[in-house]
Amino acid sequence: MLDADFFRRWMTATAASVDREAERLTALDSPIGDADHGSNLQRGFTAVAAALDKEAPGTPGGVLILAGRQLISTVGGASGPLYGTLLRRTGKALGDAGEVSAEQLAEALRAGVDAVMTLGGAAPGDATMIDALVPAVDALGDSFTAARTAAEEGAVATTPLQARKGRASYVGERSIGHQDPGATSAALLIAALAEAAGE
Amino acid sequence: MLINVPETVVADALRGLAAAHPELTVDVENRVIVRRDAPVAGQVGLVSGGGSGHEPLHGGFVGPGMLSAACPGEVFTSPVPDQMLRAAAAVDSGAGVLFIVKNYTGDVLNFDMAAEMAEDEGIQVAKVLVNDDVAVTDSLYTAGRRGTGATLFVEKIAGAAAAEGMPLERVEAVARQVNENSRSFGIALSACSTPAKGSPTFDLPPGELELGIGIHGEPGRERRSMMTSGEIAEAAVEAVVEDLQPRNPVLVLVNGMGATPLLELYGFNAEVHRVLEQRGVPVARVLVGNYVTSLDMAGASLTLCQVDEELLRLYDAPVKTPGLRWGV
Repeated sequence: MLDADFFRRWMTATAASVDREAERLTALDSPIGDADHGSNLQRGFTAVAAALDKEAPGTPGGVLILAGRQLISTVGGASGPLYGTLLRRTGKALGDAGEVSAEQLAEALRAGVDAVMTLGGAAPGDATMIDALVPAVDALGDSFTAARTAAEEGAVATTPLQARKGRASYVGERSIGHQDPGATSAALLIAALAEAAGE
Repeated sequence: MLINVPETVVADALRGLAAAHPELTVDVENRVIVRRDAPVAGQVGLVSGGGSGHEPLHGGFVGPGMLSAACPGEVFTSPVPDQMLRAAAAVDSGAGVLFIVKNYTGDVLNFDMAAEMAEDEGIQVAKVLVNDDVAVTDSLYTAGRRGTGATLFVEKIAGAAAAEGMPLERVEAVARQVNENSRSFGIALSACSTPAKGSPTFDLPPGELELGIGIHGEPGRERRSMMTSGEIAEAAVEAVVEDLQPRNPVLVLVNGMGATPLLELYGFNAEVHRVLEQRGVPVARVLVGNYVTSLDMAGASLTLCQVDEELLRLYDAPVKTPGLRWGV
């Protein structure tokens, strides 16, 4: 079973990995976007880590709802509302339980990903964070490691795609050949989940 | 770059804006710029905002006859809902608030969230999207046309409508009418450098230019060998006029992207004027300068806004802001 402490570790591991990879995320965002994805998420997850330290919510749902609110209030751009909604909706779906199973997390995460698709209007294949998240949720039933691999493969698979949502869509066919920065950061989030599980 | 550190660029600029303009209330910590006499009794409040790096848009357009408040985000990053909610609460006199939103995924999502939160607090909110950029041709497979130069016309004309005491539905309708009658097209001669990255966001060799750029340092639709000012004017006017098909006189905005000298912008304006004349498009008013910029990008954009008598009257009405000022 996964408790609030597991979810705190997931968020702090994400913050650390976004810190390490910020420059790469920004570099991916330069040729097809506006060169700020890394710094924006860095600001957001730093705020998430600080808020979790201060408030220490006692349930898995509470941790994710607080993290989501912090992202909405600090990141801006599209990634703030999208990542914020992902975590908030996942947290809401987990309810008040003090501990949840991996199956319950997979189910809640699917609700979170659905909410992101509704909000942003992106579908699989549009070269967005959805292309890493959907395969990850599908693989989560097997193991955290399987989800991590699926997310990473999903992010790499955006390279030959033409972006159809978000800022990269403005460059049209010229977005082909670039790995999507949002799918890349989504893969970091899922990798941190495996890390929190000790896998 | 003339900065301290990238992390404080926006806050530093806000402190400078406050020092230069005591007629504005600048909340540096919460990143909201409000006209000092807000809320103005009986008047609709106008709130806009967006990523920083487009100055004087939007903070430089706060004042009587234009915006009531502006929310600057990080460079090229939409502000967050908390800022917009704070701005709405500061300017609502009870007559309601109009959000003027440039059509970018981030701006739309954050303003949508803010509108919901404001309504929860009993503030009546209407929203107008600005999407004037004709370079985005395939709206089905993109995030849709971007909001660029027309934002100035929407903010100016809706601001005059609000100053006359028009109710929220009327101010919203006027803003919508301005957007629907505006089109823009931009070109870049160089990429811009964000403070966070410190180097150009894309590689544009000398002797080449980008047609159909946005205002966030993203590349355009097409790259060409260098063209003359006259050839660029022909391409820009054609793109805008073919899409707008104006029958009434137009407002012309020849807008610099930040690093192109006024000498070149006025020369470009002469070419734009020549092409409009050839095409038989009557010109009502012309504005030349750096109004909707993209940091240190070199280049220009052309915006045409077709006006009837009422829109022209509202455009001519007095305005007193750091970035736009006449009739006062």
